[in-house]
Amino acid sequence: MGWFKRIKEGIITKTVDKKKDVPDNLWYQCQKCKNASTQKEVTNHFYKCPKCNYHIRIGSDYYFDLIFDGKFTELFDDIIAKDILKFTDLKPYKERLEKAKAKTDLDDAMKVAEGKVNRKPLVIAAMDFSFIGGSMGSVVGEKISRAIDHCMDNKIPLLIISKSGGARMMESAFSLMQMAKTSAKLSQLSDAGIPFFSLLTDPTTGGVTASFAMLGDINFAEPEALIGFAGPRVIKETIKRDLPEGFQTSEFLLNHGFLDFIVDRKDLKARIGDLLSLVNVTV
Amino acid sequence: MVFLDFEKPLEILYEQLDKIKQVGELGGIDVSDKINELENKIKTTTKEIYDNLSGWQKVQLSRHPERPYTLFYINQMCKKFIELHGDRYFADDKAIVGGIGSLDNINCVFIGHQKGETTKMRAYRNFGMANPEGYRKALRFMKLAEKFKMPVVCLIDTPGAYPGIEAEERGQAEAIARNLFEMAKLDVPIVCVVIGEGASGGAIGIGLGDSVYMMENTWYSVISPESCSSILWRSWDHKQKAAEALKLTADHMLDFGLIDGILKEPLGGAHAAPEDMAKMLKKHLKKEINALLPLSAKELKKNRIKKYEKIGKFSKKKKE
Ligand SMILES: [Zn+2]
Repeated sequence: MGWFKRIKEGIITKTVDKKKDVPDNLWYQCQKCKNASTQKEVTNHFYKCPKCNYHIRIGSDYYFDLIFDGKFTELFDDIIAKDILKFTDLKPYKERLEKAKAKTDLDDAMKVAEGKVNRKPLVIAAMDFSFIGGSMGSVVGEKISRAIDHCMDNKIPLLIISKSGGARMMESAFSLMQMAKTSAKLSQLSDAGIPFFSLLTDPTTGGVTASFAMLGDINFAEPEALIGFAGPRVIKETIKRDLPEGFQTSEFLLNHGFLDFIVDRKDLKARIGDLLSLVNVTV
Repeated sequence: MVFLDFEKPLEILYEQLDKIKQVGELGGIDVSDKINELENKIKTTTKEIYDNLSGWQKVQLSRHPERPYTLFYINQMCKKFIELHGDRYFADDKAIVGGIGSLDNINCVFIGHQKGETTKMRAYRNFGMANPEGYRKALRFMKLAEKFKMPVVCLIDTPGAYPGIEAEERGQAEAIARNLFEMAKLDVPIVCVVIGEGASGGAIGIGLGDSVYMMENTWYSVISPESCSSILWRSWDHKQKAAEALKLTADHMLDFGLIDGILKEPLGGAHAAPEDMAKMLKKHLKKEINALLPLSAKELKKNRIKKYEKIGKFSKKKKE
């Protein structure tokens, strides 16, 4: 741990900061290669590890900043979760929601915003893994549903950035039904001839993969993201043998025909801009 | 007969009944009064037990080894039925079955999860856990229904979509997602009934419809009580608690407005009188289909998407 001594005066975190003027004594330790870099280096490197290119898990606000041309408008930010079932496991769901809100400064696991990419309009619905594992409950379903209506009304393409452990158990069948709801709404968007781009990031699993994330007219992913239906642990327990190297990664999905391409985060904005200019909106 | 743990009082009564019948036969004594009395007691005890089932007990009933499965119902309900096979891409999944048949004068496409009745058949059917080719086979049948303007009947009974290496390689998630997408805009009526287990994506993968009912002793949830226990309680021991917390029974689902109704089961559950259950199912399906048949494809799709669009409960944030 040589680096630790060198930077012990500073603060080491496993998260990154979006601010451009982060102090030099803030350090980031990479989860993959364990190397430390300054927050500034990481920020300038599109929130990837400058040493190994590991794509750090970032939230919706980061993606909005990375992709939109400057300013954007958040939509449907007044929808918040409700404890419909009065669900309690080791902790009441209500308490989990409060804690998540306090910790993340978010209201739920998805934010929707409208802005421009290379001067072309785009609606982005981006998930936040930091909020209860990016789980999909009624709020995520409703935000997607309204985003789709907004795209249809204004003839704007939709990009959903998925980053989720799957359905939110504490909303039980309500969360399950969001799979049906989001897919049904996407079929409407599709019939309207409006493009839907799906970007899958680390991780995208469960009910999110098995609904909107896999339904893009074009599906793409960041490198080395975990993408799958069942979690690796569940599969291992079921089949009782080890999983092959690279199983359920973006590269694995590309190879098996479920992704159109993989894009490095530094090229993300340019690639989305190209998509918007190369796909005809037929309405 | 197989008795579940909470049916212990019934097991004792049935044993007594057998003994008395034996005594009567061997001794040539008239025991009809005693038999009558016991049979009445069995009836009232059954009713008592079944009127007060917990969520977990309904989960147990939905998995009862004698519970009827999809092909039993189809064969009971249809005078003619031709089973069809294969997704035309990869294989014929044994955990999802289907084909064309008629409910009296209505030609329908039937699709359903299928479990096996013996140890050997249970493995053959992969315990009702479908692979992607199962969902793609189901979609192929739905497209057939659309082409020939036939209603689709989906019978749901699965512990979940299969979590395996090959299932992931062949796109389990994509197969389920595609079905949801296509079912939402199918031109013909879709009538679904949960006849056993309704676990997660594996269930909803053939479960989006104009009419969705649950049989009385079934469950529908985003996750099985066992898996929920292992994730949220970090141990397998809290499945009863998880079953209650998930509010997964037909009563709860109807309360929440997530299903359209409940199909009563015979006293003692569907397995106590499978032929009766099949008759009730047939009557129900005919009623639902007949109500949907007059609607145009456009109306059907519009109503269906509206119905799912409305699902979800949330609050409005107060302005600060
Ligand atoms: Zn690194």
